Amino acid sequence: MARKVTLQRKLGFTALAWFLGCIMFFPIFWMILTSFKTEIDAIASPPLVFFQATWENYQLVLNQSDYLKYFGNSVVIAGGSTILALLVAIPSAWSMAFSPTRHTKDVLMWMLSTKMMPPVGVLVPIYLMLKYMGLLDTRTGLVIIMMLINLPIIIWMLYTYFKEIPSEILEASRMDGAVLWKEIVYVLLPMALPGIASTLLLNLILAWNEAFWTLNLTAANAAPLTAFIASYSSPEGLFWSKLSAASTMAIAPIMVLGWFSQKQLVTGLTFGAVK
Amino acid sequence: MATAHTKTLSRIMNLPSIILLFIWMIVPLGMTIYYSFQRYNLLTPSRRGFNGWFNYEFFITDPAFFEAIGNTLLLVTGVLAITVIGGILLGILLNQAIIGRSIVRILFISPFFIMPTVSALIWKNMLMNPIYGIFAHIAEFFGANPVDFFAVIPLLSIIIIVAWQWLPFATLILLTAMQSLDQEQQEAADMDGASTLAKFYYITLPHLARAITVVILIETIFLLSIFAEILVTTNGGPGTASTNLTYMVYNRALLQYDIGGASAGGIIAVILANIVAIFLIRAVGKNLEA
Repeated sequence: MARKVTLQRKLGFTALAWFLGCIMFFPIFWMILTSFKTEIDAIASPPLVFFQATWENYQLVLNQSDYLKYFGNSVVIAGGSTILALLVAIPSAWSMAFSPTRHTKDVLMWMLSTKMMPPVGVLVPIYLMLKYMGLLDTRTGLVIIMMLINLPIIIWMLYTYFKEIPSEILEASRMDGAVLWKEIVYVLLPMALPGIASTLLLNLILAWNEAFWTLNLTAANAAPLTAFIASYSSPEGLFWSKLSAASTMAIAPIMVLGWFSQKQLVTGLTFGAVK
Repeated sequence: MATAHTKTLSRIMNLPSIILLFIWMIVPLGMTIYYSFQRYNLLTPSRRGFNGWFNYEFFITDPAFFEAIGNTLLLVTGVLAITVIGGILLGILLNQAIIGRSIVRILFISPFFIMPTVSALIWKNMLMNPIYGIFAHIAEFFGANPVDFFAVIPLLSIIIIVAWQWLPFATLILLTAMQSLDQEQQEAADMDGASTLAKFYYITLPHLARAITVVILIETIFLLSIFAEILVTTNGGPGTASTNLTYMVYNRALLQYDIGGASAGGIIAVILANIVAIFLIRAVGKNLEA
C-alpha cells in the first residue's frame, strides 16, 4: 500500500535528484566531452561546451602509444587473475556452503582478515621475490599477485551465493540415486552459475581498476591501463584531450559492465549482509 | 546429512585456498619482519647485517612519520564521514518516487567504476587546475580568486577525489538497505503522528545499522591503502603534506631503495590496520550473525 505522493513532491525530488546526479556524473561527462576537443579547445577560457568535434585524439592515442598493448595487459591481468581465483575458490566456497563444519565461520572470518593486511606491509618482500624470480614487470607475476589479493573476496561472494541454494534439492537428487558428479553437473552447477557469473563480473571490475600492485610491480612490459594513464601525470605540457581520450577508452567497457552489476555489487561486496 | 565420505571430500576441496591464503599471509609478512631488522639498502647491498630496532627508530623519528599517520587517519575518517552521511542523504532521496530513477542511479553509481588513476587525473587537471580548471572558471565567474588546490589544500583535495569515488558505493548499499525497510512500520508511525526526524532516528537509522557497519568496514580496508590518487596528483607533497603511511613506505622502498626502513614502515602499517580491524571485525561479526 504505497503512500500517496503528491505531484509537487514528486517533481521536487525528481529535480533535486537529477541535479545532484548530474553533478556526480559531471567529471565523467566532461572527460568524454574533452576527448573530442582539440588540445587548444580543451583549455579554452571560458570552457567550451559547443565545439567542432574531432576523432583525432582517439586516433593519436591508438597509433602512438602502444595503447592496445596496455589494453591487452589489462585484459590478461584482470581476466586471468579472476578466472584463476575462481578455480581455487569455487571448490572451497562450495564445501563451506554445503557441508559446513564448526570451524567454517572461523575460517571465513580468517580469510576476510587476510584482506585486512595492507598491501604496503608486504610490498618489499613481494617486490624482491618477483625480482629474483624474474617475474617483475611480467603479466604472469601480476596475475599471481592479483589472484591472491582477490581470493578472499571471491570466496566470500561465492559462499554467499552458494548458501542461497537450498540443500533440500541435493537430498532430493540423492534420493533419486544421483552420483556425486551427476549431482554437481546437473543439479548444482545450473543453480550456482548465476552466482559464479556475478562474482566473475564484480571481480573483473575490481581487478581492472586495481592500482597499487599494478603501479608498483610493472614498468614497460606488463603495465596495464591503470599504469598507462598514470604516465600522463608527468608535468610535461598539457595533453588533456589525449588524456581524456585514453581515459575514456580505459573506463568505458568496465563502466558499462558496472551499470548492469549494481545488484551483484551490493550482495557481493557486503558479503550478503545487505540485499 | 553429509556422510563421512563427503565430509572428507569437502575438506580436501577447501584445502587449496586455505593453503594459498596461509602462505600468502605468512611468508611475505615473515620476510617483512625479517627485513625490518636488517640493514639493507639495494644501492649498497654489500653492507647487510642485523640492525636491531634501528629501522623502527629511524622510521618513527622521521618528522614525516607522525604527519603520515595523521594524514592516513584524516583521509580515512574524512572520506568515511562524507560518504556515510552523504550516502544516507542520497539514499533517502533516491528512495523517493522519482521520474527516471534508474537513469539517475546510473549517474550516481558511475564514479565507482572509474579506475583511480583516471579519476585522480581528471580531477587534478580538468576540475582543480588553478588556471584552466572548471573550479577556477567558476571562482572567476563569481569574482573570487581561484584556489590552487594541490598546493594549498593537498590532503583535502585528495579526500574530495576519493570521496567522489566512494560516495556511489555507500549510496548504493544504503539505498538497497532502505528499500527493505518495512512500509507498515512507517505508516504506523505516521498514524501516531511521528515527525519525519523522529521516524528517521527511531526507524530508518536502526534499520540501516548493519549496512552502515558493512560500508565502513569495506571502505576502511580500501581507504587505509590509498595510493594511486596520491601518486598521480601530489606525489605526497608539497613536502609531506599529503603523504599517508602507504605512500611513505612506497617512497622508502622503491624510491630510496631502503629495504630495511620500508619493511619497518610496512610492519607499522600492518599494526595500524590490525588495530582498526579488531574493532571492525568485531562489529561486523556481531552484525553478520543475525
